[in-house]
Amino acid sequence: MSHHIVELKDVHFRYPDGTGALNGISFRIIHGESVGIAGANGMGKTTLLLNLSAHLIPTKGEISIGEVTLDKKTRQEIRKKIGFVFQRTDDQLFMPTVYEDVAFGPINLGLTEEKVDERVKAALEMVACLHLSNRPPHRLSEGQKRAVAIATVMAMDPDILVMDEPASNLDPKSRRQLINLLKGFEHTKIIASHDLDLILDVCERCIIIRDGKVVDDGPSEEILMNEDLLKENSLELPLSRQYQNLKKFF
Amino acid sequence: MTFDLEFFNIGYLDTLSYKRTFVHRLDPRVKILVSFAFILFVVSLPKYELSALMPFFIYPVFLMNAGDIPFKAIAKKVLFISPFAIFIGIFNPLLDTEIMLTPFGIPVTGGWLSFFSILVKFILTVSTALLLIAVTSFPGICEALERLKLPKLFVIQLLFLYRYLFVLLDVSLRMIRAREARSFGKRGKEIKTFIRLISVLLVRSIERAERIYQAMLSRGFRGEIKVLRRHKLGYRDIAFAAVSVSLFYIFRNVNVVNIVGETMKSLSK
Repeated sequence: MSHHIVELKDVHFRYPDGTGALNGISFRIIHGESVGIAGANGMGKTTLLLNLSAHLIPTKGEISIGEVTLDKKTRQEIRKKIGFVFQRTDDQLFMPTVYEDVAFGPINLGLTEEKVDERVKAALEMVACLHLSNRPPHRLSEGQKRAVAIATVMAMDPDILVMDEPASNLDPKSRRQLINLLKGFEHTKIIASHDLDLILDVCERCIIIRDGKVVDDGPSEEILMNEDLLKENSLELPLSRQYQNLKKFF
Repeated sequence: MTFDLEFFNIGYLDTLSYKRTFVHRLDPRVKILVSFAFILFVVSLPKYELSALMPFFIYPVFLMNAGDIPFKAIAKKVLFISPFAIFIGIFNPLLDTEIMLTPFGIPVTGGWLSFFSILVKFILTVSTALLLIAVTSFPGICEALERLKLPKLFVIQLLFLYRYLFVLLDVSLRMIRAREARSFGKRGKEIKTFIRLISVLLVRSIERAERIYQAMLSRGFRGEIKVLRRHKLGYRDIAFAAVSVSLFYIFRNVNVVNIVGETMKSLSK
């Protein structure tokens, strides 16, 4: 399906204060692909995601989602296709109860009341949080908040999921549940994370960025095994790979 | 650390509002209107009136008992804001020295009467307002306000205020803990650092507001928020409103305390 292709051509982004965060990024993501984006702190990961989700518009270059090229007019349309899960759940969950929060997007899409209800229940069911419907977000645990944040996005039925550090602040069990959940989604996924094990588990492809440029792009298995490349980018071998290396010695 | 304690204290009223008693389940519109009527009746009593105020205590006491709200939780908060009321009335005994009553031969001036009248009115109205939130939950009140045709913009502002009050408090709590961890005795607690903390808090709030707005845009926000309607007006609500408002009306126009006193007197004769 051609309309789910994400394509970036020489994307530049400069903040109003003059900091150049993206300096010519190009890549192409096809439908159904899962792509991890890794890189050191302050190298432009979040800026890239904000551009992808139409919150910022490239100062130079072009982003297109399907046949639509991102500009001021197509912003709304692109936002409908992209489900953006924010790094901080407290920013994402702003309504008084979980149910209302999940319903917020579908209502804005103009769906009928029954349809909204259907979508909300399906989305909460998907993340196993239906029992939290009437709870206010400030009384949830971090793991629950994360699951609900994903439900708020899934309720909009996006084509592409964009996530910023989805596993931050999660305990190992919640993290594992999240990984399994993500694996179960057939959407195109773009995940920025320092958790390279998560990328290895969920994404078949990985892009490393440094100083707002793509340093390397390829299958996760290859890229995340390249110790030198990772070191240069302030990263380390994923823990699961370190363990495998150890096994060779014994 | 006192701030920590205060923090959990604020959440307490919120915790109470998730109970499911008879008064919790009443339509919030009814509770707001009845409480508003209550406040109007209470403040409309003349300034020297003290005995006629007493029957009105039945309403907050009813809310407290039926809503299973601990007395201490409300009393503490009333006490906390009582200085405002005390300072409003404190000069009455000095200015108004006309003797109104002499029970048991003790002269009581009009000033003292009006001072106590202010205090009682204050206790009645403030405890009712607090109980209203404790038995309705804040989003419930917002829902009611919206359905009572308050401009939506204000209602949404209130909803956001409530949602992010907890987040803001959480951020401040962490900042204060961080300061406490590295300041010893009085050092580090000067007004100068406090000013810096406040300014950092402001910047952080602005940044957060921006991110929240982005999250809203991501989900198709275009200036409209729908407030969920969960309550339906039932016969219980109407009965509750009718009984309480007619009681207030009787208390306002008939001095029940006097009548009770007179009958007791005549019975004892």
